[in-house]
Parts: sequence; C-alpha cells; structure tokens
Amino acid sequence: MQIDIVSLITIFILAVFVGNEIINKVPPTLHTPLMSGSNAISGIAIVGAILAILVDGGNASKYIGLAALICATINVVGGFLVTDRMLKMFKKK
Amino acid sequence: MEAIQITNILYLVSAIAFILGIKRLSHPKTARSGNLLSSLGMLIAVIATLTYPGKEFDFTLILSGVAIGTVIGLIFATRVQMTEMPQMVAIFNGLGGAASAFVASSEFLSSPDSPFIIVCLSVFIGSLTFTGSFVAFGKLQGFISGRAITFKGQQVTNAIIALLSVSIILAPGLFFESSIYAGYLNAFYIVIVLALLLGVGLTIPIGGADMPVVISLLNSYSGIAAAATGFLLGNNALIISGSLVGASGLILTNIMCKGMNRSLANVIFGAVGSETSSAGSTQQEMNIKSYSTTEAAMILDAAEKIIIVPGYGLAVAQAQHVAREVADTLEAQGKKVLYAIHPVAGRMPGHMNVLLAEANVSYDVLKDLDEINPEFEDCDVALILGANDVVNPAARHDESSPIYGMPILNVDKSRTVIINKRSMNPGFAGVQNELFGYDNSIMVFGDAKDMLNDLLKEIKEL
Repeated sequence: MQIDIVSLITIFILAVFVGNEIINKVPPTLHTPLMSGSNAISGIAIVGAILAILVDGGNASKYIGLAALICATINVVGGFLVTDRMLKMFKKK
Repeated sequence: MEAIQITNILYLVSAIAFILGIKRLSHPKTARSGNLLSSLGMLIAVIATLTYPGKEFDFTLILSGVAIGTVIGLIFATRVQMTEMPQMVAIFNGLGGAASAFVASSEFLSSPDSPFIIVCLSVFIGSLTFTGSFVAFGKLQGFISGRAITFKGQQVTNAIIALLSVSIILAPGLFFESSIYAGYLNAFYIVIVLALLLGVGLTIPIGGADMPVVISLLNSYSGIAAAATGFLLGNNALIISGSLVGASGLILTNIMCKGMNRSLANVIFGAVGSETSSAGSTQQEMNIKSYSTTEAAMILDAAEKIIIVPGYGLAVAQAQHVAREVADTLEAQGKKVLYAIHPVAGRMPGHMNVLLAEANVSYDVLKDLDEINPEFEDCDVALILGANDVVNPAARHDESSPIYGMPILNVDKSRTVIINKRSMNPGFAGVQNELFGYDNSIMVFGDAKDMLNDLLKEIKEL
C-alpha cells in the first residue's frame, strides 16, 4: 500500500487538537466514564487485528492477530458496557 | 467510486461518531447517548474492516476471537464494583497497549519490509503500557505493595534501558547486520523485551497515592500506541481514535498533577510515598474538641447551608449510602446540602463522583474545587467524612509542609467544621492536620458508617 506519511501526520495532529478541545469540556464529574470510554475507543486496534487475520497470511502473524483481536474486543465490549453502567447512575433529582 | 474509498468513508464516519460521542460527555444529561454513539462508531469501523476490499479473512478465527473477547469483556463490565473501577481501567489500558503491540508485530512478521522505526515505536509503547498497567493494577489491588519500591541506581537502570531501546530502534545496523531480515528480527525481539522491562521499571517506584496520575498517563499511552499502529497500517481510524485517547489521557494526567501540586516529572521520578516526611511535624499542641453525635446533630439542626466533604475512606467504609440519607433528611428539613469533591478525592479522576452517583446522589449537587470554594464563605457546617490532606489549611500558608501549594477545599471558612475520623492518625501524606485544632472545628470520632447511622437517628428525632 502506498502510504503518504505527511498526510498521516496531518491527520494525527489535527485529531490531537480536536481531542484537546472536546475533552477539556468534559466536567470533572464525568472523568471516570471518560476514561473507561476512552479505553473502549482505544479498542479501535480491533480494526488492525481483523486486518491481520487473513486466510493466506502466515500462521505466526495470524495467531498474533488473534491475540490482538481478543484484547481489543475485551476493551471495546467491556469499556462501552461499563461506561454505560456508570452513566446510568448519574441522575438529577 | 473505488471500493477502498467506501471503506475509508466509513472510517471517517466512525471517527466523527467518536468525536461527537465524546462531545456529548460534556454533560451528564447527554453523556449516555454519547457513549452509545461512540459504540456505534466502533461497530461501523468493524463492519468497514470486515468488508475491506481485496482481503480474504479467516472468518472462523475472527469469530472465535470476538466471541472470547466479548465474553471476557461482559464479565468484567457486569461484575466490577465501582470502588474497583481504577483496577479495571488499569487492566483495560494494558490490554489496549497489548492489542496495538500485537497488531504491529503481526504486520512486521507478515511484511518484513514495513518501516522498522514505526513498527518498533508501536510495539515499544504498547508493550511498555502493558507491563506498566499490570504493575499499576497489582498496586491498586494490593497484590504488590502500594509503597514505592525503590533500589539504588533504579533511575540509571531505566535510563540505560530507554537509551538502548532508542538506539536499537533508530539504528539497528549498529547492533545487527541490518541488511538482512534476521538482524531486524533480533532487534525487534530485543525492543519488545526492553519495553516490557521498562514498563515495570517506571511503575514500581511510584507510590499508591500517585496511582491516579499513573493510570491517566498509561491511558494516554494506550491511545498513542493505537495511533502509532495506525501509522504503520496507514489507517486513519486508528490514528484519529488513538490520538483522541492520547489527548484525553494527557489532559487527565495534567489535572491530577495539578490536584496534588506535583509536576509529572516529580511523580515519575520523585518516588514519594517511600519518603517518610518528618518535615513540618513540629507537633504543636492542638486543642481538640471531641463531640458526640447528639451534639453534632444539634449543630446541623441549627444550620441552613451544609457542605459534605467526602474522602476515599467514606467509600471504603461503604458509607456513601447512609451519607446520602443524612443529606436527604437535612434537605427535607429545608436545608441546602452540597458536596465538595476534590480532584484527588478518589483513586482515579472523577472516581468519587461515580461512587456518590451510585449512592443516588443527584449530580447537580456534586461540586468541584473551583465551584465550591466560594460557597464555604457563607456555609454553616462543613461535614468532613474521611477526607484529610485535601482540607488541610497548611497547604495555603505553611511553606514547610509537604503538601504546601496543593489546592485544597477551604472548609475552615465555614462557621463550623465537623470532622469525622476514626482516630487522630495522619493522612496519606503523613501530615498532622492543623484544622483539627481550629476554634471552629469539632471532632466526632468513630467509624464513618456507624457515626452517620447514629447521626441519622438523632436528626430524625430532633
């Protein structure tokens, strides 16, 4: 695959700025759900894991991909669910 | 349109969902829908990947991996106690790091001509996050001593490991015959081992009290590892999501450091917690006034505005539920009750808020440091439950105190301060609290839960 490193860096830097803007607006009350939610989002490695599990791939890279897939899925499923469990508790009388 | 463009558009959609999802976390009212939106984004990213053009996936293996991960994730998410959230986040940080390191390794093994520096960067950060997070978990869970574990030459050892790793990553040719794949492969393995060691080496000297900083920092690393993997695969979804998480972790790290008035360098290299701070222990005679719960109830009865200051001890005693009952009773009598939450009140950012929300405390009475400090000026009673260092006025004026400069809750400005403590033992920082001897302070000794239960009875009887 032809990868243009400069455009990747552009995306990276812009995303960091966006992240900075929106995360600074999260109130301290919600910092724990923010963390568990970002655990779930860092489970985006699930994408890379799936891409590593190919029929014609070598066995080593396939099974390392499987290990990645399990770790990432735990993060995604566990992260989003536990965040929801917490956010459900935040109520206003 | 080419098929790959559709895939990339789907990745863009999922990135937008993550951004809007986090944006909705800016208020408790919209937060839950935000989380749902983020999870939808993840689903879109997964679907986009499974339909990636030109790839023939081994679906049996993928399905079994997803099934195993889902079951484990479900168990974690439904079983974990709210007091154990820091441990769970620590584990998830570690798994996030591991996932990225595995992906990068797999990519390197299947296409050896991948850019070596990016492979190593991703594997290095991921592996370091993995072991670092599990040491942090061990400390939080009590498997490893929460005290700082230090030995002579520790920082030199860490520095050597770091330097060695950097030189191998940048110039494997110096160490191995880099022209051949085998050389790179050896360098790659050594980088993994060094990173795993460094993760342990950097985390063990950090004391239990500093864990909120460490898990925030590791949270950031897990994001950076994902972004690095994104660079390797040329995948925007990983880069964008990874940098969002990286930024989030860094911001929280910064907030935690400010809450303790420490620099990040001081937390990482300072090894506080091992230091038995004898400084500032010029034991002055304090005039401690010990009151009964009956007397405390009478003071509360006469009060109109009450601010509750919960500390972690309250949550450990599982007393947040009865504290809320006391607050409800006082509110029913027409009094105003607020909660003052210090940034480092719990074991991770925002932890105390979750523990109180679990006890059905309405989120609009949970106030952070900046919001609540002006409120103490016209407050009748500040009720301190298991908090200590975060209400010590010495932080404002006593330059010899180890906690000098730390932002504190100005409870001493209230008309009366009622402090519930088990005994006169000093807090985490090992500092005696001069607040206890103040003219407007009274102490009610005893276990938080028992004391509050008695207090509840007394208030209802009055």
